[in-house]
Amino acid sequence: MKIQNVVMAGSLESNDVLVTLRPTDNDKLFINLESIVQKQFANRIKKIIDDMLNEFNVESGDIHVQDRGALDCTLRARLETALSRAEEGR
Amino acid sequence: MARIRRTMLFVPGNNPGMLFNGCVLGADSVIFDLEDAISLGEKDSARILVRNALETLNYNGTEIIIRINAINTSFWQKDLDMIIPKNPNIIMPPKIESKEDIIEIENYITKIEERDNLVKNEIKLIPLIESALGVENAFEIAKASSRVVALFLGAEDLTANLGAKRTVEGKEIFYSRSRVVIAAKAANIQAIDTPYTDINDEEGLIKDSKIAKDMGFDGKAAISPRHVEEINKIFTPSYEEIEYSRRVIEAIEKAEKEGKGVISLDGQMIDAPIVERAKYVISIFENVKGGRY
Repeated sequence: MKIQNVVMAGSLESNDVLVTLRPTDNDKLFINLESIVQKQFANRIKKIIDDMLNEFNVESGDIHVQDRGALDCTLRARLETALSRAEEGR
Repeated sequence: MARIRRTMLFVPGNNPGMLFNGCVLGADSVIFDLEDAISLGEKDSARILVRNALETLNYNGTEIIIRINAINTSFWQKDLDMIIPKNPNIIMPPKIESKEDIIEIENYITKIEERDNLVKNEIKLIPLIESALGVENAFEIAKASSRVVALFLGAEDLTANLGAKRTVEGKEIFYSRSRVVIAAKAANIQAIDTPYTDINDEEGLIKDSKIAKDMGFDGKAAISPRHVEEINKIFTPSYEEIEYSRRVIEAIEKAEKEGKGVISLDGQMIDAPIVERAKYVISIFENVKGGRY
């Protein structure tokens, strides 16, 4: 899947994460992570993002993840919501 | 023995902080809301988050209830498709008005259980009655399925439907409360009262909860964690009630040994309903506090 529209899921409240997907001009995939727990959990969060992008066969797009201390299951939920919305073209 | 349901705390299904902390706030049951607390554009997001919460978290014995969207929307089947496989304790369908509504939901749940090879009939229902027609049909709703374990009265939508003014005293819902309690008890299930919506009015909350308890409700919903403690207190038997119930049970056991049919305690006749009531009080006490003060 190529990200065709700008879609968002989640929020910037504590314990949540805001996922924003944007199209790219050059068919490349960019992942941009900001997290309040980046020092300790960056690798773990990146792995979850990679797994979800693989699950949805994402080939290109700008994936921006702003984490406010979300649990893994919240991060997965927000990524799934955003990617499903992208699939539906919302 | 029916499960104790003194408090049911509503938690918005799309708020991770509240969703994951809901079970440590002292409520007997927590309602993850996919309906009124969620805007139309976020239904998908809340559904996925609640599903992930169900498969991840250990709720330490707190009963988990999912309020799905109403059957006149396009969301309720998607809610059940995603939530049922994660085995919540209870589904709360809103705006229930007839036994046919319950049968439609039950049939859909059964289909998912068969499709996914789940244990059948394990997930129960607590229908939300919040319209004049729902109140009129409360008994047939209570008897519509063996999954129905309680009726829940929702006074806000109900008073809007009645064209009545919602007041602190609650006179406008007196008949509906009575009707729901009678329907529930006639069907041998529990009755749960509507939440008190003024978060800052503790005195009003206490009065309103006492009215509900005195009318026969088994518990009350809460829309704020701050209401949980007071509601729990009111729906937990008092020391006097427990002592009296113990004496009733002792008296009846003694009478049985002595072969007496009818007995009296403090000059009052003790008959079967009083004994049943005493056993119920003791069972709540044992469930809530492990039988100790």
